[in-house]
Amino acid sequence: MPDSFPPGSVGLVVPEIHRFDFPLELSCGRSLPAFELVVETYGELNPARSNAVLICHALSGHHHAAGYHEVEDAKPGWWDDYIGPGKPIDTDRFHVVCLNNIGGCHGSTGPRTPNPETGKPWGKHFPPLRARDWVKSQALLADRLGIEQWAAVIGGSLGGMNAMRWALEYPQRVRHCVVIASAMKLTAQNIAFNEIARRAIRSDPDFRDGDFAEQGVVPRNGLALARMVGHVTYLSDALMGVRFGRELRSGSLQRGLEAPVQFAVESYLHRQGERFAESFDANTYILITKMLDYFDLAREYGDDPVRAFAGAQARFLVISFSSDWRFAPERSREIVRALVAANRDVSYGCIESDLGHDAFLLPNPRYEALLGAYMRRIAETC
Amino acid sequence: MLRGDFDIVQRWVARGSRVLDLGCGDGTLLAMLKGSRGIEGYGIEIDPEKIAQCIARDINVIEADLDRGLADFPDKSFDTVLMTNSLQALRRPDRAIAEMLRIGEECVVTFPNFGNIRTRMSLAARGRMPVTRQLPYQWYDTPNIHFCTVRDFEDLCRQQRIRILDREFVAEQFPDRLIKGAWPNLFCATAIYHLATG
Repeated sequence: MPDSFPPGSVGLVVPEIHRFDFPLELSCGRSLPAFELVVETYGELNPARSNAVLICHALSGHHHAAGYHEVEDAKPGWWDDYIGPGKPIDTDRFHVVCLNNIGGCHGSTGPRTPNPETGKPWGKHFPPLRARDWVKSQALLADRLGIEQWAAVIGGSLGGMNAMRWALEYPQRVRHCVVIASAMKLTAQNIAFNEIARRAIRSDPDFRDGDFAEQGVVPRNGLALARMVGHVTYLSDALMGVRFGRELRSGSLQRGLEAPVQFAVESYLHRQGERFAESFDANTYILITKMLDYFDLAREYGDDPVRAFAGAQARFLVISFSSDWRFAPERSREIVRALVAANRDVSYGCIESDLGHDAFLLPNPRYEALLGAYMRRIAETC
Repeated sequence: MLRGDFDIVQRWVARGSRVLDLGCGDGTLLAMLKGSRGIEGYGIEIDPEKIAQCIARDINVIEADLDRGLADFPDKSFDTVLMTNSLQALRRPDRAIAEMLRIGEECVVTFPNFGNIRTRMSLAARGRMPVTRQLPYQWYDTPNIHFCTVRDFEDLCRQQRIRILDREFVAEQFPDRLIKGAWPNLFCATAIYHLATG
């Protein structure tokens, strides 16, 4: 059966559920009475337990980062290009842990799972979250897995914020922190795009003020619209020009013809939107985009990122992408500047790419070489 | 860059100091300084392959274009700022040196001496831009766009009120290395300067 997977794949993977039967106190002041995390791991934990790597997912990510759940799966996990035997995050050398975070909608405790107090899904009543809540739940997972210290905590976008928060909250538990296409806080433009997406969802009559699950409907249209807006901002003008241009999917613009015209980019976006609406939860989307908006690395350090990083012990690798305009290279340079001023070890590369923000998920020889070189060095000291 | 030049640079870097190496290449010099002087610091590099090489040998490296300035680094945030064999490849070497002295307490700069007898001969006798072992490029593909001589460099230091703490002249060939002290501008191949603000 392994013959049916491409080389470099971790192959078939089975998610595990870890239940934590005690309250998790959240930064909003409320707490979850108990919680569950859906987790996938790839590669063996070494006897010294020093080769564990935590992968932090972004807004729409989840625990399934690599490999396949079924032989028939059309696509592998969301970061399969980077995780696997011989890949930059080499599962022959690292024990890779990836989870669906709380508030998510892929099996871990979140708006879709039942609130023990009411027996009904949490829905819109799920408590607001901060990145530090994710870090806290991940630390409890690490305890459970017997991982005292991560060889590396790695994340892109919101996952990068998650990784940086780890380095500040548990400095002694993170040896390396890899921050990809991320920022210390969102810009106004970024928050604006998130609010457009949230309004799209809320305006869907099937959103039912967040109680759609209880009423047996799904705000598909709102979710699809939110995704369409988001997706455009994750790409670049150049890439969309190359991939779609002004190509027509149907109809004609010839004089005298009246057939309805659909551009290729239109049908592509609709398909993306619909696919997303099928699997993603509207309350999770609102919850996690707010978490992104609220994130401010240095807020509790007198708004001084240098002071924030002064307490970190990890060594850092920061990566950005030239055409990413939602988490622009300048945001990464701000991180690097603060780390240098805080006298922390840091390396930084800006990868030439026309794939926009999505570049952090996609194959790119230079990105693979850079991340691979850094990870190999970590592996040598595990 | 030759190993002998690095030995001289190392002598001027204080033990345990904080160092920024502009145009650090594959990180050889920083690795040497980490080992011999226990320094901490960062390299700045623009070439993707060299950046990956730095990372592979455990050297902090930050991707940046020296021609776009060093505004990310605050005043006097490093003990020593180094630049070996990159000055001649910059658009404005004068501004780069001013930036180095803003960021660092001291600077070490090395550059190929274009006043060297061999380059002069090449131009004078053959009427062609010199292509030497040290400068192996053709005029049209060279990254080196601002050559200077030892004398030119010292003029710049005087104009910018830069204090020359120390200077060394390196020559590999015979008889250059015997007489370079008497006529550095004629016989040194690489000039190494230790600088501070005036």
